[in-house]
Amino acid sequence: MRTIDQTTQEVLNLASKHFQVPANSLAPDDDFFKKLGIDSLQALELLSRLENHFGIELPDYEVQGVSDFRTLASRIQSRL
Amino acid sequence: MLDLSKYQSIAAALKDALDQFADETCLIEADREREKERLTYRDFNQRALLLAKALQDAGFRAGDRAAIIMTNQSKWLISAYAILYCGGVMVPLDYKLTPDEQWQLLSHSNATFLVTEYPIWRHLAASHRRASAIQVKTVLATEAPPNAALDGAQRWEDFQRRGEPAFVARNRTDVASIVYSSGTGGRPKGCMTTHENYLEQGHAITQVIAFDPGIRYLSILPTNHVVDFMMGFLLPFTSGATVVHLRTLRPEFVRDAFARYKIAYMMLVPLILKNLKKGMEANFAALPKGKRTALNALIQINRALTRDRPRVWLSRRLLGQVHRAFGGELRAFGVGSAFTEPATIQFFLDLGIPVANAYGLTEAGTAVSVNDPRTPRADTVGKPLPGTEVRIVNPDSDGIGELAVRGKTVMAGYLDDPELTAETIVDGWLMTGDLGRFDATGHLQLFGRKKNMIVTEEAKNIYPEDIETVFEGLPVKEFCVFAANYIWPRRSMAGEQLVLVLRLEQGQTLTDELRLDISARNNRLLNYKRVHGIVLFNEDFPRTASLKIKRNILAERLAQLDRASAVLPL
Repeated sequence: MRTIDQTTQEVLNLASKHFQVPANSLAPDDDFFKKLGIDSLQALELLSRLENHFGIELPDYEVQGVSDFRTLASRIQSRL
Repeated sequence: MLDLSKYQSIAAALKDALDQFADETCLIEADREREKERLTYRDFNQRALLLAKALQDAGFRAGDRAAIIMTNQSKWLISAYAILYCGGVMVPLDYKLTPDEQWQLLSHSNATFLVTEYPIWRHLAASHRRASAIQVKTVLATEAPPNAALDGAQRWEDFQRRGEPAFVARNRTDVASIVYSSGTGGRPKGCMTTHENYLEQGHAITQVIAFDPGIRYLSILPTNHVVDFMMGFLLPFTSGATVVHLRTLRPEFVRDAFARYKIAYMMLVPLILKNLKKGMEANFAALPKGKRTALNALIQINRALTRDRPRVWLSRRLLGQVHRAFGGELRAFGVGSAFTEPATIQFFLDLGIPVANAYGLTEAGTAVSVNDPRTPRADTVGKPLPGTEVRIVNPDSDGIGELAVRGKTVMAGYLDDPELTAETIVDGWLMTGDLGRFDATGHLQLFGRKKNMIVTEEAKNIYPEDIETVFEGLPVKEFCVFAANYIWPRRSMAGEQLVLVLRLEQGQTLTDELRLDISARNNRLLNYKRVHGIVLFNEDFPRTASLKIKRNILAERLAQLDRASAVLPL
């Protein structure tokens, strides 16, 4: 079982890989819309990648209003 | 298709439709690749009547207001019909608003019943603003897990009574719904939309876009929006057609739904259309060189053969693979609610996929003008719908002026705001605040906005006044939020942005600390509501005697600044 810190790190790594930004430029409390310069549909693409990576399903309502990596990681963690 | 012009109320039309098309499928609901439910019109009717009877037994009467905060799904539409059947007034609210904003609008609307989904209710129940809407007496929550804490709500699934509910007739001039076109924070704009508004709008649209039994509509715009209520409920239902709901709106599942459910129509916002284009371009680019060349040649041929009007059957033959990816039954996309780049529309037209670009606003029902999918034009928003008059007020030398709209689809007014209503509807004409003109063929073209607001590519209306509360307490002398295009008008509706105008204290400078404070506050806003730049203004803001900012005068003064150098990135 992953710890929340591990999950958060994996979320950051995957986001940096998917959107091709340096891994060390992202921090858990960053707003991913702003930091990655993405729109809501691109955020949904990221969610699909995360679902595949963690082998879970995140219902849309679970991630409604979430915009920082830390909260996103905690929602993932609760479904692991 | 029922003739909506003959009906007195939405419920009366739907009631006839549910009888007439009893054996047809009205709803399909899917979650990812799994189909969850398929309902006939008969099933729908039975479920709605059980709810209507329970509502009536619980004291819900004609004219009472019931709010709905749900994602697109069957229970949204079943609840809406039950409310209307009882003569009630729907208050559809955006499920993407924050719980505090939702309570604020619940309070403003004076809704006594609330229908919502359990995951949404969890957040609503935990909000401290709950106390502000004490008039909400009954809350129905759908899909609550077996042992869930309901926090005063009742299970939607258990809220049903057998027996015949009384059908409550309404008149055309009665209010059918209160739809908020914006207004969290500052001044709620609750558009009172009458039965006549809906029925006349529906009647007009069906003269351009045809629904029939067997036609399937993919409903992904939120149903609280008038567009989806019309295109994803009223029109398909009164035609015996089928609405497809997806519980997961990830792009890959939306794409998959086209082929899986043989979709004929879908309304979308510019952002989604652009995303579809981007995905298709990536697929085209990944083709081996030979195939790509062949595809480009076929697109050129299709473009030449469909230049004057779409010939969908021909395009399906020429570009079979592209059309099969959309299920092979797609008749048209409808796009509107915000500005769409003509190049995006043209991309689809070149592939033989008609895109009907439209213009509308909640205050005018749904649509003011629509491109006929049989003769679409990428550079216009079409011709005014039958029964809708559009006038250009004070046109300049290029014929561009503010659009004013008159007709039976214009709302009755803003709820509890006669002052704003009087400013907005002048001598029977709805002043839209949008700038446009007619071309030589009578098609409407849009050129910008006269009012201080923006509409995002996701079709969200943002009024700067509404988001200022988040900056309250900012350590500066004064601040104000503006739409950049309101200060520096552009003949375009593309790339609209908000800016935060700051008047610093004597000797104060824009430090990193202040920037961080602004960023942190900005990040508390939903992403589409955020400001994109800072403008420093070195005079005190002009104010009224009651100390309100004179925004129009401030904007005039700000306009003296050079936009490119004045807007500092945040």
